[in-house]
Amino acid sequence: MGKMVFLCDGDRCIECNACVTACKNENEVPWGINRRRVVTLDDGTPGEKSLSVACMHCSDAPCVNVCPTNVIYHTNDGVVLHNKDGCIGCGYCFYACPFGAPQYPQEGNFGSRGKMDKCTFCNGGPEETFSQAEYTKYGRNRLAEGKLPLCAEMCSTKALLAGDANEVSDIYRQRVVERGFDSGAYGFSQSFGQQQKL
Amino acid sequence: MRHPIVFLLAALAAVVAFGPWAPAAAQDVRPPANATQHVQPTPGGPGIEAAPPATMRYPSITGQWGEIVDGERGYVSIPDKKAGRLIQTQGMDWLSWRSEEVRRYGAYAVAAMLIALTGFFAVKGRVKVDSGLSGRLIQRFKTHEIIGHWLTAGSFLLLALTGTWLLFGRPLLMPVLGADGYALTAEISKYMHNFGGFVFMAGLLYIFLVWVRHNLWDRYDFNWIIKAGGFLAKNSHPPADKFNFGQKTVFWMVVLLGLALSVTGLNLLMPFWFVDEIELMQWSQIVHAGLGMGMFALMLAHIYIGSVGMEHAFKAMSTGWVDINWAREHHSVWVDKYVAGNNPERRGESRPPTDGEQAHGHRSAAE
Repeated sequence: MGKMVFLCDGDRCIECNACVTACKNENEVPWGINRRRVVTLDDGTPGEKSLSVACMHCSDAPCVNVCPTNVIYHTNDGVVLHNKDGCIGCGYCFYACPFGAPQYPQEGNFGSRGKMDKCTFCNGGPEETFSQAEYTKYGRNRLAEGKLPLCAEMCSTKALLAGDANEVSDIYRQRVVERGFDSGAYGFSQSFGQQQKL
Repeated sequence: MRHPIVFLLAALAAVVAFGPWAPAAAQDVRPPANATQHVQPTPGGPGIEAAPPATMRYPSITGQWGEIVDGERGYVSIPDKKAGRLIQTQGMDWLSWRSEEVRRYGAYAVAAMLIALTGFFAVKGRVKVDSGLSGRLIQRFKTHEIIGHWLTAGSFLLLALTGTWLLFGRPLLMPVLGADGYALTAEISKYMHNFGGFVFMAGLLYIFLVWVRHNLWDRYDFNWIIKAGGFLAKNSHPPADKFNFGQKTVFWMVVLLGLALSVTGLNLLMPFWFVDEIELMQWSQIVHAGLGMGMFALMLAHIYIGSVGMEHAFKAMSTGWVDINWAREHHSVWVDKYVAGNNPERRGESRPPTDGEQAHGHRSAAE
């Protein structure tokens, strides 16, 4: 298996939030924590675009770099996981993350954050696989069952893709070819308008 | 070298200046050609130190995407509308500043101060009381002032230590303590830092209110500056009131830096209570860590002069009663006012009051 990635196809996302609901249910995510969210740009206008955002499992993850206690790590498949036991709730991973993936339960004094929680690519955490401790702390471990993250599996339009980077990008490449594309020069679509083909 | 302590201070300075960079220097961003890819580090182990490469400078982005990168929010159904921010890229810059500049220049500041103090002590030695100790004591600070000072100073040292523990912990301390060991100390440090901050703020406010009117510019300051406080010549003792210009500088630096640290610290303690954008949180963290290290360096000089650097100076903040000869050499105007006001005096070689004596002494000046 290669590098695990997410890709959200902005042309297909219909803002149904099935991915959000699936994630919250499957991982029993506590009230108020949003591992995955759907952001809609230009909401209400004809050109509105929605994107489903969660942890992007970056290869050069800034959260891994900044964590003072070094509890965030990469797995063999390139999934970014973390160890809640060592997390001190400093919040630096949130300051570093370009996507705002880390979430905090806001327990503790003066709004201090509690243990960080984030999308695990449905790959659990450092506890023993399929153990109760893993499920309680990190949620379901679908990857260990040979399955892909539930958000992508549940996506109604297959906008959200998850899996091996080569396969995901190949799927998207096919879509781009099918839809047609402009000259690729920056500004071309701004000058001549973009044809929407889904 | 006059004393073994000089050597120890120099060694400490060297450790502080050069120690942090040994592990960082060993790591390169790009893996070598024969590197094993997709290796799983143990959770909590050294991890992959992947710093954002220097080539990651974003081109000027315009149009809709440019606005999004700058912080324009999309719609989200979540109550927290900050989640509408699709991407923030300056977090990488923040990360870089904290990992590189704040650590490096913070360590340099502290090391430079230690080296400077060591050099100063080696050359100048301990400032002695030229006319010798008389055994006649006057009260420089009352008990409540002493308590206010130590509340501020003690909490500051705790904050400096715990803050440094968190800033340098991952490169310096984790290899020593192990991942679990360091995580435990880091968590404890965080709580001590958070609670200690309130003690510091209370103490700072108190000493500000009690001492601010003694720390305004007066007519003795200009001469004191010109005479460099008496450091330039033997037996040079320019007059000063209760606080000389050097002390006034310390006072205002503590108050202003302390205020800045308090404000940024409160902001960090209660994230997004006072601000709405993540840029301000990131900026607060850099300012807090940077000024914290800077203030630590400055306080080393203050600690030096109040303890090792000047004979008899520590008495002022321990018992509050100082020898009149020491006071005449360093705060002559204040002594004149004190004696003229028929204020209480005490006998003895600066010993602390015993149970039998009253706090305000039992002999008044008869000069």
